[in-house]
Amino acid sequence: MPYTTEDMARRAAREIPAGSIVNLGIGLPTQVADYLPANHAYLHSENGLLGMGPFPFEGDEDPNLINAGKQTVTVLPGGSTFDSATSFAMIRGGHVDLAILGAMQVSAAGDLANWAVPGGKVMGIGGAMDLASGCRRVIAMMQHTTKKHEHKLVARCDYPLTATRVVSLVITDLGVFEPTGHGFRVIELAPGVTREEAEAKTGAPLVS
Amino acid sequence: MSGKHANKVMASVAEALAPLRDGMTILVGGFGLSGNPEALIRGVVERGVRDLTLVSNNAGNLGKGLATWLHAGIIRKVICSYIGNNDDLHVRMASGEVQVEITPQGTLAERMRAAGAGIPAFYTPTGAGTVVEQGKETRELDGRRYILERALPGDVALVRAHTADHFGNLRFWRTGRNFNPVMATAAKLTLAEADHLVPNGAIDPDDIHLAGIFVHRVLHVPEHENAFEYRTTRKR
Repeated sequence: MPYTTEDMARRAAREIPAGSIVNLGIGLPTQVADYLPANHAYLHSENGLLGMGPFPFEGDEDPNLINAGKQTVTVLPGGSTFDSATSFAMIRGGHVDLAILGAMQVSAAGDLANWAVPGGKVMGIGGAMDLASGCRRVIAMMQHTTKKHEHKLVARCDYPLTATRVVSLVITDLGVFEPTGHGFRVIELAPGVTREEAEAKTGAPLVS
Repeated sequence: MSGKHANKVMASVAEALAPLRDGMTILVGGFGLSGNPEALIRGVVERGVRDLTLVSNNAGNLGKGLATWLHAGIIRKVICSYIGNNDDLHVRMASGEVQVEITPQGTLAERMRAAGAGIPAFYTPTGAGTVVEQGKETRELDGRRYILERALPGDVALVRAHTADHFGNLRFWRTGRNFNPVMATAAKLTLAEADHLVPNGAIDPDDIHLAGIFVHRVLHVPEHENAFEYRTTRKR
């Protein structure tokens, strides 16, 4: 059985060192917070929040306390709010230890494409490029192939790039993979996923 | 007190917006619909200026906020970081009615920070090796590739604060702060709309988020819609 999105989020949570500053991207990465022990890490949201807590209790929502996905959130004791320039100084300046980001393509060199589909509707860049190039470590989370069974772990990205040579780990429904420059090292495969299946679904060589 | 920092408190939105002219570049604070200067945004449509260049992170959403400027047809160009599901902008971008320049969010903030701080351009690693680099000067420094980005000044900034005093010293609320302070520094004329107006001295000087030197006009607006985009909660 390939990993479910819950399995992927749980697996990604294990990559977060205790006491680290982490930015979780919009979408699937946001779910990683559900699998972190209390007070394990400090969540950063690029719209200007460090020490982000869970969704508020019903009735406690504040439209001016949101995450980068514009969802209502809370702030934990010890948390802080700040302006956008300061928030991106934290990111660009290397003060954020880890970003876990959604991805459309990741190349064997660690290039990341996650903001635009060629010929598709342009959604914009948002904080993606700053996070990908500024955070000290970047982990990508995504389904291993597209719905049309196209490769997403590729030799070279043909989608517009977000940043070059930044991804250190890719977590997919088939397993966990590390870009090595020439291919992807298999860190682990999801239960029941064979190496042959992973090889067929990856657009670059798998290395032990 | 006299001079340009005297009598900043405006009696009405119309009085505050009187200096606006066609073709101006207007910086508008907010992250989506959060931290929006709502009364000033409405007032610009009523003021009747057009051919504006709008600088804001999102240019509104859900038909609200700055999306009303798109509906009114008063924008020529938008400089933003994210469009998302703002269909009002998608439609006008596709038809060519509105020109759109998309900038990484941190670069957008830093371009305005630079403008406010007297720095005409800066090198940033963000966007190196991507389409953002196209047409820009690049330079390798200490073994890493950087892009030269230009400062982004505005003619007018419209910002939202939680509390203002009569000198224009501001405090913000939670993540409603976002682009508001940095935009306030980057414009020739900054108008601040505050939920609360207090006498000078009521805010401790150490608790001021943005010094009033950057604010030229203050408007007291006690009531705001504060629209939600995604209202997410958990059960008690």
